[in-house]
Amino acid sequence: MWRDALLIAGRDLRIEIRTRVGLWQVLPFAFLTLLLFAFALGPKPGLLAQAAPGLFWLAVMLSVVLAAQRSLALEGSQATREAGRLLGLDPAGIFLGKTLALLVEVLILEGGLLLGVVVFFHVQVTDWLVLVPSCLLAAAGLCAASIFYGSLAGDARVRATLLPLLFLPLAAPVLIAGAKAFEASVQTGSGSGARWLGVLAVFALVYLALGVALYGPMEE
Amino acid sequence: MAPAISLRSAVALSEGFPVLSGVDLDLEAGQVLVLLGANGAGKTSLLRLLAGLLPLRSGEARVFGCALPDGAAALRRQVGLAGHDPGLYEELNALENLRFALKASRLDPGGAEAALDRVGLAGRLSTTQLVRLSEGQRRRAALAWLVARRPALWLLDEPHAGLDAATRHLVAELCEEAAMGGACVVVSSHEPELVTPMANIVATMGGGAVLRSDPGGRRTSGASDVA
Repeated sequence: MWRDALLIAGRDLRIEIRTRVGLWQVLPFAFLTLLLFAFALGPKPGLLAQAAPGLFWLAVMLSVVLAAQRSLALEGSQATREAGRLLGLDPAGIFLGKTLALLVEVLILEGGLLLGVVVFFHVQVTDWLVLVPSCLLAAAGLCAASIFYGSLAGDARVRATLLPLLFLPLAAPVLIAGAKAFEASVQTGSGSGARWLGVLAVFALVYLALGVALYGPMEE
Repeated sequence: MAPAISLRSAVALSEGFPVLSGVDLDLEAGQVLVLLGANGAGKTSLLRLLAGLLPLRSGEARVFGCALPDGAAALRRQVGLAGHDPGLYEELNALENLRFALKASRLDPGGAEAALDRVGLAGRLSTTQLVRLSEGQRRRAALAWLVARRPALWLLDEPHAGLDAATRHLVAELCEEAAMGGACVVVSSHEPELVTPMANIVATMGGGAVLRSDPGGRRTSGASDVA
C-alpha cells in the first residue's frame, strides 16, 4: 500500500511541477479570496486581524476544492482510470498517494497564505507550536476528505459542481477548529490550542480511514 | 486442456443497458481472435469484460483461470488493453508513462526504453510530453505499454484507426509476436481486410452476441471453437 502511495504521489507531484497549475491558478485564487474578503471588511486593521483566522481557513478550504478537482482530473478519462485498474495498484495506496501529493501542495499554499495574512492583515503569531501542527492536521483532513468526496462524486462532468456541495459543509469542523487554533496561536497564554488540535486530528484520521477502506469499492 | 478464455451465455450490463446478451466463446493460448461488427455490436464491451472491467451479470466466464466476476482483480494483472483513448498521462512523456506503469506492475522499469524503441519512439520522441505528440505517436506509446508489460491477454480496440501504413504493419507484427509467445490476442476492428489475415478466428458480432465465426488467415496455433 505505501509503495503504491509513494508511486502515485511522485507521479502527481511530477505532473504538478511540470504544469504549475497550483502555482499559477490555485495560489493566485487563494490570495484573491483573501483580498476580496479584505475589501469587503474595509480598511480597518483591527477588524482584519480579528477576522484573519476565519478568512485564512476559508481561503484554504476553497482552494483545496480547486486543487482536489485538478488532482482528480489527472485520472479524468475512463480509459486512464481503467488503465490504472489494470496495473493492479492497491486502491488504498492510490487514495493515500493522491492525498499525500495534494497535502504537499496545500502545505505550500498555507505557507504563502500565512505570509499574506501576517503582512497584510497585521497578525502577530505568538504560539507557533499550535499554529504549525494545526495547519498540518487541518491540511491532512481537508486533502483526505476532498479526495474521498471527489471520488464519490464520480466523473468530471458532475464532480465540478458536486464536490463543493459534498465537501464544504462536511469540512465545516476544520473551518471552526482551524480558526480557533489560529486564534489561540495569536493570543498569548490562551491555552485552548490543544483541544482544537485534537478535533483536527480526529477529522483527519476519520477521513484517512474512510478513504483507505472505501476508495477501492467506490472506484469499482 | 481447458481453453484460456471460455465464455458461456455471458451477459453484461453497462449502466443498466444490456451490452452483451449471451456470448459463447472459446480461445486457446497463442491464438488471435478478431471481432468484427457495426458500431454498438458489443465489441468494446466484450473486450472490457475480458479485461475484468465490465462485470459479468449472468452466464459463465473464465479467463486465464480467473472466474468472473469474482476473479476480476486477479485477471487484470494479466491483461493489457489498448483502446481508442490510450489512457496515458498526457502531461508526462512516453518514457515516464512506461516507467510508472512498469513500477506499478512490479516489473523492471529498465524495460521501458527497449519497448519504446520497438514501437519506433526512441530518442527525443520518448522524452516529449504526450500532449505534444501526434495521435499516431500516442497510439505507439500505448502499444509500447503492452510490449513492456508482456501481458498474457492482449486486447486491442480498433488499433488501426487513424494510423499510417507503417504503424498498421507494426500492430500486426506485435500481435503476431505476442501470439507466438503464447499470449491470447483479441482485436476489434472495422477493417476486415487488415485483420482477417492475422486472425485464427474471425467472429462477427451484433446485438451484443457472436453471430457467426469463421477461420482467419493465421494457421499457426491449435484448434479453437467459437460457438
